[in-house]
Amino acid sequence: MIRRSLTLFFGLFVLILLIGSILGAPFTSSRLVEAAAYSLIALGLNIQWGYGGLFNFGVMGFLMLGGFAVTFMSYPVNPDFWGSDGPWMLGRALIAFAIGAGLVLAARQSHRIGIKGGWKVALTVLVWFVAYCTYRSQIDPAAAYIEANAGFVGGLGINPVFGWLFGGVLAAGVAYIIGKICLGLRTDYLAIATIGISEIIRALIKNMDWLTRGTLTVSPIPWPTPLPQDLQVGGMENLTALLYARSGYLLLTLLVLAIAFFLISRAYSGPWGRMMRAIRDNHIAAASMGKNVTNRQLEIFVFGSVLMGIGGGILVSFTQIFDPTSYQPINHTFIIWVMVIVGGAGNNWGAVFGAVLIWMIWIISEPLSKAVFDTLSFWSTSIGWHDIPDIEARSAQMRVFVLGLVITIALRYAPRGLIPEVVHREK
Amino acid sequence: MTEFIFFLNQVLISGAVLGSIYALGAIGITLIFGILRFAHFAHSELMTSGAFIAFLLALWFSSMGVSLPIPTGFVVLPIAMVLAALLALGIDKGFYSPLRKRGARPVTLLIASIGVTLMMQGLVRLFFGTGSYSFFENESKAIYRIDTSWLGSTRPLVVTQPQLLMVVVTIIAVVALHFFLTRSRLGKAMRAMADNADLAQVSGINTALVVRVTWIIAGALACMAGTMLALDVTLKPDLAFNIILPIFAAAIVGGLGQAYGAIAGGFLIGFAETISVFNWSIVLRPLKSVLPDWISIPGNLALVPTEYKLTVAFLILVVTLLVRPTGIFKGASS
Amino acid sequence: MALIELSHVVGGYGGAPILNGVDMAIDRSDIGVIVGPNGAGKSTTLKAIFGLLTVSGGGIVFDGEEIANSLPDKLVPRGLSFVPQEKNVFTSMSVEENLEMGAFTRRDAFDDTMAWVYEMFPALKEKRRQPAGELSGGQRQMVAMGRALMSQPKLLMLDEPSAGLSPRYVIEIFETIVRVNKEGVGILMVEQNARQALAFASKGFVLANGQNRFTGTGAELIADPEVAKSFLGG
Repeated sequence: MIRRSLTLFFGLFVLILLIGSILGAPFTSSRLVEAAAYSLIALGLNIQWGYGGLFNFGVMGFLMLGGFAVTFMSYPVNPDFWGSDGPWMLGRALIAFAIGAGLVLAARQSHRIGIKGGWKVALTVLVWFVAYCTYRSQIDPAAAYIEANAGFVGGLGINPVFGWLFGGVLAAGVAYIIGKICLGLRTDYLAIATIGISEIIRALIKNMDWLTRGTLTVSPIPWPTPLPQDLQVGGMENLTALLYARSGYLLLTLLVLAIAFFLISRAYSGPWGRMMRAIRDNHIAAASMGKNVTNRQLEIFVFGSVLMGIGGGILVSFTQIFDPTSYQPINHTFIIWVMVIVGGAGNNWGAVFGAVLIWMIWIISEPLSKAVFDTLSFWSTSIGWHDIPDIEARSAQMRVFVLGLVITIALRYAPRGLIPEVVHREK
Repeated sequence: MTEFIFFLNQVLISGAVLGSIYALGAIGITLIFGILRFAHFAHSELMTSGAFIAFLLALWFSSMGVSLPIPTGFVVLPIAMVLAALLALGIDKGFYSPLRKRGARPVTLLIASIGVTLMMQGLVRLFFGTGSYSFFENESKAIYRIDTSWLGSTRPLVVTQPQLLMVVVTIIAVVALHFFLTRSRLGKAMRAMADNADLAQVSGINTALVVRVTWIIAGALACMAGTMLALDVTLKPDLAFNIILPIFAAAIVGGLGQAYGAIAGGFLIGFAETISVFNWSIVLRPLKSVLPDWISIPGNLALVPTEYKLTVAFLILVVTLLVRPTGIFKGASS
Repeated sequence: MALIELSHVVGGYGGAPILNGVDMAIDRSDIGVIVGPNGAGKSTTLKAIFGLLTVSGGGIVFDGEEIANSLPDKLVPRGLSFVPQEKNVFTSMSVEENLEMGAFTRRDAFDDTMAWVYEMFPALKEKRRQPAGELSGGQRQMVAMGRALMSQPKLLMLDEPSAGLSPRYVIEIFETIVRVNKEGVGILMVEQNARQALAFASKGFVLANGQNRFTGTGAELIADPEVAKSFLGG
């Protein structure tokens, strides 16, 4: 088992070297940083799906939350906003929100003053409506005002590492709310519900221009480690500076990954992990043994989402741009699933292996398809047929196809993944 | 009266059109769930590729000089549906059936359907790029303007030919499905298998045949929904991928496994979406003369901004799951 | 030549076999009753005959043909029917549709058979349009038997037909089984109400640990002091 894993990791290493030698060190170094961030995200999903058996199809939403968090925390302060009426108007909107929330909570307690049954339902609906209108009446003008006078709220100018952590906290908060509502639903329902949440998060972030600048995108977002430009100022040569800077970023990311990996592995080999496995493998038996299944699942859902939030933050600060339109379910949800399934659900090494492997496959399938199409085109023209038009655009689309192919093949021939879960025998 | 006609145009017609699409898609999802017990995620791709099949056929037909008063895309629909049904059968045979034979859990099939989604989407984009196409490059889209001046309205009631066809075709499909499920031997066997698969097998029902019929119906209806949607708007590779959430919501709200529930859920969500994004300020405009001066009607009084249309389907879904997890028509639970 | 003959059947769900050599022979005129302690392989025997689990040894000959490991959709047309113990009706479908599903494998007209089933179970005729899920336990059992009879079987297998029924219905079901047998359908059933069932059985089988322990007519088994002591509760 260990030998197999080592062989696979060695093969992956060779693959990376190969990619590095063909596509160049600058390109490959970027991809490695991304691969490290995706490993963290895949670990998050591995906790949820591999450990907990929870079907989270909303990875994209958590990545966006992380991206927004790091943008908000680390982007420089916008004096136009803080000097205007904006904060005050937002404060009013917040108060309106609090009042609305208070009303809704009160309505839910209305049975205490004798409002029951249908009347309570009617009252609750009405109060929801009133709360919604109250909030909208404050937030809409505030949003319009900020967009007109200050562009957007801007950031807080804090170190991006705090942004990553804030991403985790934000993801945890959202995951808690989703978990409270959706856990305990059957698997398929949870899948649909999480897709819905992630789409809503995307719609919000894309359209709340006053907060996120929406489709206008925010850049440049600072790095927690020195940027290549910073090193160049110190007199370093361009390429060296680039590689040094990226290595620094990579090391920081790997550090985060290592900490997460260590903590998870420790927890999972302890009593907590045993309980998780019991719950995953047999819901009903675990519940009858007096374990609070839903609370444990909520824990796991929140933990996994935290890693996704942090990973999403790392990705955004690395590319230095937060562009809500670049988020797609395929590139940000399904690809993570492919990573975990191909790597081996339930095995942390498997998840990391899968993340790096799939990211590399995703990266090289475009140039590879281009090479294939070019060759085909060359042959077809040489025997007098048409050439293949738009090879560039078509090659880019092959990535999606390859991703689908990889996961279907994996499900068929290695359903437990390349580095499968080690089945613990409970004594 | 103008306002009322505006309301009809924006809510009734759009809602019916959207509802038809959702219903046709949701029927397939719900049938597959009833028989095979997994959420078939790649259904959106069946819809999209069905539409592309119809598109290619329409191109071929018009290149042969066929010209008819109704859209070519609609004329070729029966052939496209047959091809899409074959495609659905092929997908099952190639990807789902081997997993079922191995005794894989339904959730594995769900993940497999993600793989199928990715592959099909990749293929569609490989051949057609990411741009959008129109069925009406070489022919015009007939638009019916029903004069409503006798009602005192300055605006006509506007329906396009594809929209009209869509509603008609949906009604025909639903009625045909109803008769199939309640009158035919195979239709009843389908209901039996959805009800109790083990007993269906024990009764000697050819379950493999029922599975095939399910894919044929689901594929054909998906093709119908996709083509009609593409005729109404434009054809693009993510045509149905973008509406898979409301379609699933329709199937779940209606009660998974319940064909009639899927229809009800489809129209419910279709109308709910159009009503929520409808701008009420236009309907309220006649009140302007009545209202005191200090109340001004804002220019945009939609319940939900159009960008957040998706939220509506999702909210209905969540409320259903919380209040009545089995859906309107009692479907699969637990 | 018996209608069905099991010779030393070995089988199970893949792991260790549950049946370790079961022998049985039933004629069309017979009512065979299988009794025995829990886990003896009673229901498993019926399922093995019906192809619902793997037979790894021995043979099952039905109507002159080897049928071991054939699937239900092949067995039902040959004249074999099975009524499972639980979940044996399509709850969302009407009584009449349930019966139609029993006739799924038949391509000829089955109105006569349906009339015959209604004659056998007059209570069902009144409720033919009602969903089977709304019926009482005893009526459901009738629907389940009616469904199984719709394929005009030569041999009807029943898994604990009296389980969970009130004593009044138990007697009614048993009477119906005898009547069905008189119409020329062989019966092979598993029963918990062993004494009551063996009383009208022409053949009785006592299974233990997946093997025959005693075989004889129903009356013989009831009379056998050892059977009575170990398996019929004294």
